[in-house]
Amino acid sequence: MLRMICKRMLIAVPSLIGVVIITFLLTRALPGDPAAYFAGPAATKEAIEQIRTKLGLDQPLYRQFVRYVSDLARGDLGNSLTTGQPVGYEIRTRLPASAELTLLGLLLSMLIAVPLGILAATRPNSLIDHACRVIATAGVSLPVFFTGLILVYVFYYLLGWAPPPLGRLDVFFSPPPHITGFYLVDSMIAGDGELFLASLKQLILPALTLGIFSLAPIARMTRASMLAVLASDFVRTARASGLAPFTVVITYAFRNAMLPVVTTLGMVFSFLLGANVLVEKVFAWPGIGSFAVEALIASDFAPLQGFVLTMAVMYVALNLMIDILYGAIDPRVRIEA
Amino acid sequence: MVEAVPLLDVRDLTVEFSTRRGVVRAVERVDVSIAKGETVGIVGESGSGKSVTSYAVMRILDRAGKIVEGAVHFTGLDLSAASEDEMRDLRGREISMIFQNPRAALNPIRKVGRQIEDVLKQHAQVDSAALADKAVEMLDQVRIARPRERYHSYPFELSGGMCQRVVIALALACRPQLLIADEPTTGLDVTTQKAVMDLIVELTRQRGMSTILITHDLGLAATYCDRLVVMEKGRVVETASSREIFIAPAHPYTRKLMRATPRPGASLRDLLPEDNPAAARMADLEVATNGKAGMPLLVVDKLVKEYPRKGRGLGSFFQRKPTPEPDTFRAVDGISFAVNRGESVGLVGESGCGKSTTSTMIMRLIEMTEGVITFDGEDIGAISPQRFARLPLRKRIQMVFQDPTDSLNPRFTAVRAIADPILRLGDAMERKAVRARCEALARQVGLPVDLLDRFPHQLSGGQKARVGIARAIALNPDLIVLDEPTAALDVSVQAVVLNLLQELKQSLGMSYLFVSHDLNVVRLLCDRVIVMRAGRIVEQGPTEHVLVSPQAQYTRDLIAAIPHPRFGR
Amino acid sequence: MTNLALPREDGAPSSGLGAALRHARYILRDNAVTGFAFALFVLIVLAALFGPYLVPYDPLASDTAAALKPPSLAHWFGTDQLGRDVFSRVIVATRLDFLIAVTSVALVFFMGGLAGVAAGFFGGWTDRIVGRVADTVMAFPLFVLAMGIVAALGNTVQNIILATAIVNFPLYARVARAEANVRREAGFVQAARLSGNGEVRILLGQILPNIMPIMVVQMSLTMGYAILNAAGLSFIGLGVRPPTAEWGIMVAEGAAFMVSGEWWIAFFPGAALMIAVFCFNLLGDGLRDIVDPQRRT
Repeated sequence: MLRMICKRMLIAVPSLIGVVIITFLLTRALPGDPAAYFAGPAATKEAIEQIRTKLGLDQPLYRQFVRYVSDLARGDLGNSLTTGQPVGYEIRTRLPASAELTLLGLLLSMLIAVPLGILAATRPNSLIDHACRVIATAGVSLPVFFTGLILVYVFYYLLGWAPPPLGRLDVFFSPPPHITGFYLVDSMIAGDGELFLASLKQLILPALTLGIFSLAPIARMTRASMLAVLASDFVRTARASGLAPFTVVITYAFRNAMLPVVTTLGMVFSFLLGANVLVEKVFAWPGIGSFAVEALIASDFAPLQGFVLTMAVMYVALNLMIDILYGAIDPRVRIEA
Repeated sequence: MVEAVPLLDVRDLTVEFSTRRGVVRAVERVDVSIAKGETVGIVGESGSGKSVTSYAVMRILDRAGKIVEGAVHFTGLDLSAASEDEMRDLRGREISMIFQNPRAALNPIRKVGRQIEDVLKQHAQVDSAALADKAVEMLDQVRIARPRERYHSYPFELSGGMCQRVVIALALACRPQLLIADEPTTGLDVTTQKAVMDLIVELTRQRGMSTILITHDLGLAATYCDRLVVMEKGRVVETASSREIFIAPAHPYTRKLMRATPRPGASLRDLLPEDNPAAARMADLEVATNGKAGMPLLVVDKLVKEYPRKGRGLGSFFQRKPTPEPDTFRAVDGISFAVNRGESVGLVGESGCGKSTTSTMIMRLIEMTEGVITFDGEDIGAISPQRFARLPLRKRIQMVFQDPTDSLNPRFTAVRAIADPILRLGDAMERKAVRARCEALARQVGLPVDLLDRFPHQLSGGQKARVGIARAIALNPDLIVLDEPTAALDVSVQAVVLNLLQELKQSLGMSYLFVSHDLNVVRLLCDRVIVMRAGRIVEQGPTEHVLVSPQAQYTRDLIAAIPHPRFGR
Repeated sequence: MTNLALPREDGAPSSGLGAALRHARYILRDNAVTGFAFALFVLIVLAALFGPYLVPYDPLASDTAAALKPPSLAHWFGTDQLGRDVFSRVIVATRLDFLIAVTSVALVFFMGGLAGVAAGFFGGWTDRIVGRVADTVMAFPLFVLAMGIVAALGNTVQNIILATAIVNFPLYARVARAEANVRREAGFVQAARLSGNGEVRILLGQILPNIMPIMVVQMSLTMGYAILNAAGLSFIGLGVRPPTAEWGIMVAEGAAFMVSGEWWIAFFPGAALMIAVFCFNLLGDGLRDIVDPQRRT
């Protein structure tokens, strides 16, 4: 097991190096001049040149790269030109906002998708099977930003149940003391029930949007995987041994069927990170996605690089966790390694 | 004598399946009855309905299947009308079933001991405290060494034979009255097969159980069963004691099956049905061209194939084996033999002995590690597979594959498949000439010419095998390597194909290297035989010598493991 | 599970186009949904080809007097904030989005499909290199990478197509690789070697025809992703530029108005998006059934 983890981390290193290089090149390829942006519209040419030198933007590309990498080694992600804050700080404060949203969305979707997939597989050609297939296909077809907008229209504009899509908290509330950065968790720790509810109200619609987005691939994979496993030889043995339906479906079939689903989760998470950017725009969520878009439009290198690097590292960590989870379920991976 | 109530009484059973092509009757008006303590064999080829019958008894048919007529009575209870709850209670507790392919029959991510416990727990046989002990006891009863340790094993850590023992343990854990064994030894080595069958017989006799053995192997059924039920195309054609069926089969189909089963004392011609015209032709041929053993065609000298072992280093920390193993694995460990012109040499051994690796090296599909392979005087072992594919020598050594389905491109018609070597390696020919040649080849292998434009999925197993043979002989090779060419075929089809192979060999003057695990088939077709084990040659010599008076103990064990019914007169 | 040897059907036309069409018709009859998807697909293609000639209004013509009007007989889908007819714009946008989808998929098929097949069949260094490239691309959240590429190279349709192709490369290559890998040591491949076929000839002549059906299914599904990708980029502001009519950018322009109740500006383009992607996905699923009934999802 330990060996597998080490091997996985080693494999990730070339990918990360690739990510760093590509990010660097992409950001340098961006149109727009950060020095001019930073200096402001009224600056003189000399002022802009001064700033350019200060920022090290007049150096040849490879020197900039070396400087970037050495900063990175020290843990310095640079400063954002648009906000003036260190990138590391920005990421630290904004990441929990996105994470809370994504995790809640993923949780919602799994709570619905997995049982739906199981039921559809155990009752082929029934109403629930058809419903599952339609949901799976339709869900994959919904543009995530469209879903968000429809939800806002129906639940805020028409029904008035949801608050206006203006961020994590209503203006009247102030955030709970920062422990995890997750408002739901922090408000519970602080014992503030009202704040908890207020945070939840703001979270519901965007989380639902992300949930609907990830529902389809998970339901589809669960159903397909369960169907394949239910037709396998060892399930036939279990049935021939007279085991109870629950044991056959859950203990025997489901645990085996989960393996491809766990692998799919990695892919779904990657899609979710992308979908995050879109959802944060619709709901004015101060997360890491909107941070990236602002930086992109301002051609602000440092936050972009920091953002992409953070995402890549998170993704590697996530895949590692998925591999570990896989190894926990499947002894063949554990022992044969 | 008082007629006891049969334990299982199947009457007029008819099962239908709704498929894309409409309703299909898989089983029609089948009668089978089994008394307490009896072992009955249900014998038939593919499509006979033997498995469907047992699935219907257990009520584990596919969703598309239904019992439309007849009844199944088990100790008086009507199984065909019982509720699912009642059936679930009976399954595993009163009636158990074991299947083919034992490793796939076990949950791959669950310890085998726990799987036995699940069955025990379900049928409330034992207190929860004693579950583990009972599971270990079952493992011991099926002769698994170190049962307490093996309790914690996963199926992938066990061999095929051990997996089947675990499956038997699962089936017998709750002491059922009836065991249904559906092709339990197909795919297992012959020595493992004997061990598993002996175990089944011993345990069932011990407990006074009845057994149904479903198999396509008439010899196996006759050896281990008291009575036989012969099925063809969904119907029962004959039911009699094993002795009667073996010595004096009544129904023409049974006679055909008996004749087609390779057995000591029968020649190739004897396998064919009496009225088959090919049999007459064979008689002429045998006299005319009797294998002129000429110069050595293929000489193999000290051939070695090594594979590097996977993942060393840190992995050994987590290994369960205390002794370290060498870094490489020798699949073939220095073997030497020869095949002469016009000869047919059999290469036999159990799985993992290296016979397939040897044949693949001779075919020049993989590289060898050491040794010399000489073909017609030329050293071909030194030529790489990629280069060899472009030499004119390529067309002189061809192969007939084991799995006819796998060896045909699903997107090529039969004629395209047969034409492939002609187009690539033969002389340039016009389309019409190629087509004519393919038709001639089809006729030679007994494939109806109108089937040439069909795709593999539209052909039967025997037809696909013929396409493979036609392709192999297309360019008149000197040597053909046949890798278990009839293993996937029904026994009656096998009889015809073996005769065809013999006929072709003699009319085209080819030599064969026949790789097989089935000694009876080798006896029929081969002049000499080579026995392999663990990468080495154990014994080689003329077939009659090796198979009648073997020198090596291993060969003796192999021969003893072949099921042969003993019906004394 | 149960071994049913069905009787050989003699006399049935065995090969060629006739049999394939019969089979397809049989499946379509069996599965009305796929037939529906196919009909919808034809409709979309027609809209893409002939739409711009048939729409009632000029998609770019603004008429501020008629701005923000709800759907009516004069304007079936209403008008947007510049008074442009939403219906016309939605229909005209079909061509652009369809073009983007088809081109990116074609590009990804050549890049990813061939690379994946070569990697799966030859193994060794080819496999390693393709694998590394795919892993590096997959290390980015794919949409973010697309954003980055378009931002760096400029908001043109060509760059959107390129970005979409690059982002879909790993998935496509992975599917192609898996299929080629499975068939690599199949009997018929060995037999082809024995018949004197070189490795490249085997790859192109034997393996590729076998995996084409699966690739076509994947292409249909990828078309859906491609459209969503392009629309998403436009929604952020990194896609096509206004006043081009494209579904994503129309939703972006209409988003602000959703909150104040003018739902039609964003709704109709969004619905069009959804219908198109839904159609491609249904088609892909249906094709999968025709090609390999064992893989039904």
